[in-house]
Amino acid sequence: MEYAEILHRCFRCGFCKLPSDYTDINCPSYLKFKFETYSPGGRMWLLKAWLNKDIKTTPRLAEILFSCTACGNCVEHCVFPAFKEDLLNAFIAGKGELVNEKAIPPKVRDYFEAIYLHGNPFKRLRKNRANWATELNLESFSGQTYLFYVGCLGSYDENGQKMAYHTAKLMIDGGVSFGILGDKESCDGNEVRSMGEMELFKHIAEKNIQEFRNAGVENIITLSPHAYHSFKNDYSQLGGHFNVYHYSHILKDLIGKKEAVTSGTSIPVTFHDPCYLGRHNNDYQAARDVLRAIPGIELVEMDRTMNNALCCGGGGGNFYTDILGGGPDSPARVRVREALETGAEVLVVACPQCILMFEDAIKSEGISEKLNVMDLSEVVQSGLP
Amino acid sequence: MKNIDKELADIVGSEFVSNHPEEKFIYSRDMGTMEPAFPDLVVMPNTTEEIQKIVQLANREEIPITPMGGGLTLSGLVRPLKGGIVMDLKRMNRIIAVNEKSRYVITEAGTSQGMLQAYLKKHHPSLKHSVPDAPPIATIAGNVLIHGSGHISQSGGFHSEMLNGMEVVMPTGEVVRIGSCATSPYWFSRAPLPDLAGLFLGWAGTTGIVTKLAIKLYPNRLFNDVKAFVTEDSEQVAEVIHRVTGTQVAEDVNVVMSSRMPGFQIVFMTYSADTKEELTWKRNLIRASLKKFIDDNVGGFMVVLPVLKGDFLEVPMKNITQFADEMQGGGFEYIGAIMPIELFSEAYRTGIEIADHFGIPHFIIVRVVGLGHCMMFAYAYAFNRADEADIKKVQAALEDTNRKVLQMGGIPWKAEAPAQKQIIEHMDPNTFALMNRIRAVLDPKGIMNPGNWEV
Repeated sequence: MEYAEILHRCFRCGFCKLPSDYTDINCPSYLKFKFETYSPGGRMWLLKAWLNKDIKTTPRLAEILFSCTACGNCVEHCVFPAFKEDLLNAFIAGKGELVNEKAIPPKVRDYFEAIYLHGNPFKRLRKNRANWATELNLESFSGQTYLFYVGCLGSYDENGQKMAYHTAKLMIDGGVSFGILGDKESCDGNEVRSMGEMELFKHIAEKNIQEFRNAGVENIITLSPHAYHSFKNDYSQLGGHFNVYHYSHILKDLIGKKEAVTSGTSIPVTFHDPCYLGRHNNDYQAARDVLRAIPGIELVEMDRTMNNALCCGGGGGNFYTDILGGGPDSPARVRVREALETGAEVLVVACPQCILMFEDAIKSEGISEKLNVMDLSEVVQSGLP
Repeated sequence: MKNIDKELADIVGSEFVSNHPEEKFIYSRDMGTMEPAFPDLVVMPNTTEEIQKIVQLANREEIPITPMGGGLTLSGLVRPLKGGIVMDLKRMNRIIAVNEKSRYVITEAGTSQGMLQAYLKKHHPSLKHSVPDAPPIATIAGNVLIHGSGHISQSGGFHSEMLNGMEVVMPTGEVVRIGSCATSPYWFSRAPLPDLAGLFLGWAGTTGIVTKLAIKLYPNRLFNDVKAFVTEDSEQVAEVIHRVTGTQVAEDVNVVMSSRMPGFQIVFMTYSADTKEELTWKRNLIRASLKKFIDDNVGGFMVVLPVLKGDFLEVPMKNITQFADEMQGGGFEYIGAIMPIELFSEAYRTGIEIADHFGIPHFIIVRVVGLGHCMMFAYAYAFNRADEADIKKVQAALEDTNRKVLQMGGIPWKAEAPAQKQIIEHMDPNTFALMNRIRAVLDPKGIMNPGNWEV
C-alpha cells in the first residue's frame, strides 16, 4: 500500500482530532462515532494492523475508512511535520486497497457504479444536466472567457441548482463572459479520488481534460470547491493545466472590492468555510470579502472558523453514502448548532455539498425558524437584509 | 464470558457498544511498549446512571471493567489485563459549572484538558487550570487520578492536590460524593471532612469509576515570560531548584537534558503577572535567587530568543509529543519518577548510564512539584513501533530505570503493571495489606481493572 511507511509513525496523540484552540472534537467521523477507531490515529493504526494481518477485512473496517470526509483537519493539526502532509493520502490509499478487494460499503459501490455509468451519482439522465439553466438561456461554451462548471450537485440537486442559477445570474449581470458544457459535462471525480478509486478517477479526469481541451477551455469557474480543488491540483498532474476559479473569486471581483457602509438594520450572518476551499487550498478571504461588501450584513464568526472549521460531514462521498448522517452528533447537526450559537440568522455556505448537509441538519434540529442556510450567491442576489 | 452485548446496548445504545475486532485491537494497547491485552467489549456510557447500570451488570456477571479517560498514560494502565469491558468515558465531557469567585470548575470525567482550556479562555478568561504537557485530548479526571502535574504544579502541587471533590460510582454500583459536595451544594474543598479521595487517587481505576470532579482554578495573568538557567554541573541543580522555588514567583519549573545538548542541564522557569512592572519584579527576584551560581561561575542565564519564547510558553508543549518521532518510529515511553529534589544529580547520572547502556539517546525532563517539595523526573525513551527489537530494548531500559529509581528512593509514577509489582516489593508489607483490605471491601468481586496493584 502506498504511504504504508508512515503508518507506524503516528503516535495517536490526538492533536489531529481537535482544532488549534482545542475547543471540541473537530474530526467529523470521530465526532459522530466516538470510538478511537474512527479517529485519524485509529485509522493509521488499524491500517498498519490490517497490512500486518493482525485484523481482517470487515465491513466495520470499511465503514471506519470510508467515514473519513477527507476534510483535512488531521493534516492541519498533526504535530509531526515529517509525515503530516500524507495522512489523507494514506487514508485514501487504504480505501483504495479495499476498493481493489471489492470490500467497500454498498453505498460506496453504488456511487462508483453510478458515476461510471451515468457521470453522476444520482443516476440521472445526462441530457437533463443543464435543466437548471433553462430559464437563463445560457450559452454553451464556445470560446467564452470562462467555462462555468457546475458539477453533479449543481446540475441535479435542488439546492445546488439554485446555487448554480444565482451564480450564473450574477455573472450575467456582471458582464462575465462564460458558457456551460450542458450535457457534455461530467462528474469532476474529486469524491471518487478521495474514496480511493484511482482508476476511475483517472478515467474521469482524462476524459474531462480531453473535453475541456476539445472545447478550447482555458479558464474554469467551479460551483463546488471540490471540483475547484480537483481541477486545480489533481488534473494538472494528469496534464490538464487550466486557470481555475471558485465562484466566490468571481463574486469578489464583481462586488467584493470595497467595504460596505451599513446604515439602518443589519442582519447577523456567519460563514462556513468549505474544506476544499479553506484547508485544502488556503482560501479563507474571498467569500468573507463578498459578505463584507454587502450593506446590512454583520459577519459573525463561529468558534471554529477558517482552518479550524468543522466539516459539514459531506466530503469523501459522505453526502451520498450518508455514513455520518443521523443522530445529534452528526457533524452537520453540530455545525448548525454552532452557527446558531453565534446569533446568526443566516448560515452562508459556498459549496453545494455543505448546503445539502446543512439543510437536512437544520430540519433534524428543528431550527429552521431560527437559522436559514443560504449560498453566497443567493445572499448577494437577495441583497440582504 | 456471558454474552452481555444486548444488555449493554439497552443501557447505552447499540452504537456505543462494540465487540468488533477493530475496537478490540485499538483498545487493547496504548502508545507505550506494554503488550496488548484485549477487551471483550468496549462501551461508551453517557451518564452516571448508565455507568451504575453497567457496573451492576458487571458485578452480577463478574466481568472486569477497565475505566478509560484519554488513554494517554503510555504505561498501559487502561489495557484490560483480564479482559472484560473497557469503559471509554469520553462521551461524558460536559463542563457543569465554573465558580469564578471560589475558583473551581465542576466537570464530567471525560472532559479533555484542551476542552476545558478553550472553555475557560472563552467564558472565564481570568482563570486557568494546571495543564499537563500531555496532548490536549487527555482528560482532566485521568490526570488527576494518576497524580499528574502540569503548568501550575510548582505553585500548586500535584493535580490530585488541586482536586476539590468527586462523584464516584463504586465497584458495587452505589454513587458516592467525596469532598465538600458530599454535604454542601458547593465543591470548594476536600477539607474539613475525612478525606476519602485517597480511596481513588493513584489506584489505576481499581477502586471505582469517577464520573464528575471539581478542580481548582488559578488566576490567568496577562503577561507571561520564561527564564532559562543553564549549568553543566548536575550537583548544582537541586540547589538551583531550591532557591528558585523559594522565591514563590515561578508557576512552573522544568529541567531539560538531552543527548542533543550533552552535559547541559537547562532549568526553565515560567512566571506571569498582571502588569509589566510586576513581571519585571518577578524576573528580578528569580535572577537574584540564582546570582550565587553566576558569581561562583557554575551557571548562567541563557537568552531565550523572542521567536522561541512561544514554544516555551506554549501550553501544552507540542514539542514533547513530537519526541515520539525521534526515531522515526512513532513511539516513546517514559518513567516519571517522583522523588525528592536532592536526588537530582544521582538521578541524572543514572539516566545517562541507562541510556548509554542500552544505546538509546537520552531525553530527560523534570517538572518540579510544589515549592521544591519533590519532582517528577522523567526518563523518556523513543522507539520505533515497527521494530520489535527496538521495542524490547526500550522495555528493558524502562524496567531497569524503574528498578534504579526505587533503589534511589524514588517511586515510578503511573507505573506499568510490571512496575507496580516492583513498587510492591519495596513497599511496607502492612501498607500493601491495607490496600488489599480496602479493595476487598470496596470491590468484593474484584471487577475493577484487575491485574493492577497485584502481586
